[in-house]
Amino acid sequence: MSATSKTLVAVLVPRPPVLGRVRSGLADVATLTKRELLIWLRNPSYLFFTFIQPVMFVLLFRYVFGGAIPVKVPGGYVSFLMPGIVAQTAAFASFGTAIALARQIQKGVIDRFRAMPMARSAVLLGRLAADTVRLVVTVLIIVGVGYAVGFRFQNGVVPAVLMVLLAVGFGVVICTVSGFVGLAIKDEESVGSFGLVWLFPLTFVSSAFVPVLSMPGWLQAFAKNQPVTTVIDEMRSLALGGPLGLHAWQSALWLAGIVAIFVPLAVRAYRRAS
Amino acid sequence: MSATPGAATWDGPAILVEDVHKAFGEVQALCGVDLVAERGQVLGLLGPNGAGKTTAVKILTTLIEPDRGRALVEGRDVVCSPAAVREIIGLAGQSTAIQEELTGRENLEIMGRLYHLDPATRRRRSSELLERFELADAADRPAKGYSGGMQRRLDLALSLVSRPAVLFLDEPTSGLDPRSRLGMWEVIQELVSMGTTLLLTTQYLEEADELADEIVVVDRGRVIAAGTVQELKNRVGGDVIEFEVVDRQHLTQAAEAVSVLSELRPTVDAEAARVAIRVGASGSASLVETVRRLDALGIRTEDLAVRRPSLDDVFLALTGHGTEEDNGAKLRSRRGRSAGHRA
Repeated sequence: MSATSKTLVAVLVPRPPVLGRVRSGLADVATLTKRELLIWLRNPSYLFFTFIQPVMFVLLFRYVFGGAIPVKVPGGYVSFLMPGIVAQTAAFASFGTAIALARQIQKGVIDRFRAMPMARSAVLLGRLAADTVRLVVTVLIIVGVGYAVGFRFQNGVVPAVLMVLLAVGFGVVICTVSGFVGLAIKDEESVGSFGLVWLFPLTFVSSAFVPVLSMPGWLQAFAKNQPVTTVIDEMRSLALGGPLGLHAWQSALWLAGIVAIFVPLAVRAYRRAS
Repeated sequence: MSATPGAATWDGPAILVEDVHKAFGEVQALCGVDLVAERGQVLGLLGPNGAGKTTAVKILTTLIEPDRGRALVEGRDVVCSPAAVREIIGLAGQSTAIQEELTGRENLEIMGRLYHLDPATRRRRSSELLERFELADAADRPAKGYSGGMQRRLDLALSLVSRPAVLFLDEPTSGLDPRSRLGMWEVIQELVSMGTTLLLTTQYLEEADELADEIVVVDRGRVIAAGTVQELKNRVGGDVIEFEVVDRQHLTQAAEAVSVLSELRPTVDAEAARVAIRVGASGSASLVETVRRLDALGIRTEDLAVRRPSLDDVFLALTGHGTEEDNGAKLRSRRGRSAGHRA
């Protein structure tokens, strides 16, 4: 059936200039960011993770566990708790990234986007931009709830803003891990069941809710040196006053390391997701 | 712009696939597939689960690259210029581009944005498509609440936002109830009447029969037959005219009377007083002739009809096995029947 077609030469369609491609790529990222935010606002379970769950955690820890946990920071347990719970919530917010990506792969949405004339990176970049917006909102809500139950920044405005930015940055970095998890597992239900398995130990076996020194020795070794603790300790220093240098370096290295490993993994999983 | 040699214009077929191979690990999904679809034609890719249909669609829509061979859409090579291919194609079917939290209109408008249509065109196109696919009433409700049929229609609409020159529908009606399937067929037929080139994959033999101009039957990564629906049916032996004679005494006379319609002898079932004769592709004409001849002799008949072989029969004749496991029961019964009339 193709005896005559051997002679047919494929047509050459010149690619548009680089500048035009970049501009339309940015427009695609903006469109997809808007799309993801719209979806987020319409989905009750995403909203639960953003608004209800963090408020619940603040109240539970503040009033249920708070009295039983002795801490040596100015302002008492609520001051100790807030930086921890902000980071924990930022990390848990990444769960939505994993769920959404797994769902889009499973349904074929990603395949459809990939068969369209748009920048291939736009899907992941749009996702990340929307997640950043989501994280800013989440972190601000928790800080607000914290203020309502007695938390106060004690170190001035600039360190307070830096703490919020660090929390958001930390959340975005954890989103790249979750993004990889979602893209690699590709199944909404499995992600729903197992997507939090690594987040629980990572956030709870840290300095988020209790002083690390209260844990048994073998657990302290992990808790002291893992990224969530370094980030939270830095956030605490920013919020309450304290040494900034060492934890800042450690946090930066950890976050850079996670990005360096998980962004390429996520991109690879995305490319292979068809 | 680049040194790659290439023609400036294309006057070949809309879809051209030559000797395409694709393996996933050990599994050879496609082994040397050739396909041609002329502009405006509906090419049906028919085969059971795992035959390689979806792999072929994924290669043609630039989602995966072939290991060997070439695939061109409107002359654009899917490997050398995938971006140019994506400009002119639409894809719908098994995958869905619908985001359930968004309304039908929002889904369409976002698609329009991603194709860089200007706001006015975007809005007009969305309304037009909602109207045409009978979704206007549900346009501003979240797609979550749509029925299966409505979701498929919306999905098809999404793939048409950019007015693609070539459309790929990968099993567009799988999982739909019979009524929604008929609705989809109507929509697809309307689309085709407007000149869109369409490649359609299906496991439903009836669907290929209904929609496709030309059918390629694939099985285990190979093309095992190609041709028009009629040509494929003829390979199984074509139409059969069957009737029952009311008065048994006329049985031999009746068989004699119709025997001129075919080079093959009619088969006579004396017990059931039935006569059957294979007449090739000329079912309708032969039916008229049968009635005329029997009438002239004053022979009264009952249950006079042309029986056309179904594509199930074709598939069985070509492969010797059924189309799909969960169609097993249906096929077993068909197998019995087709074996009967082939004998």
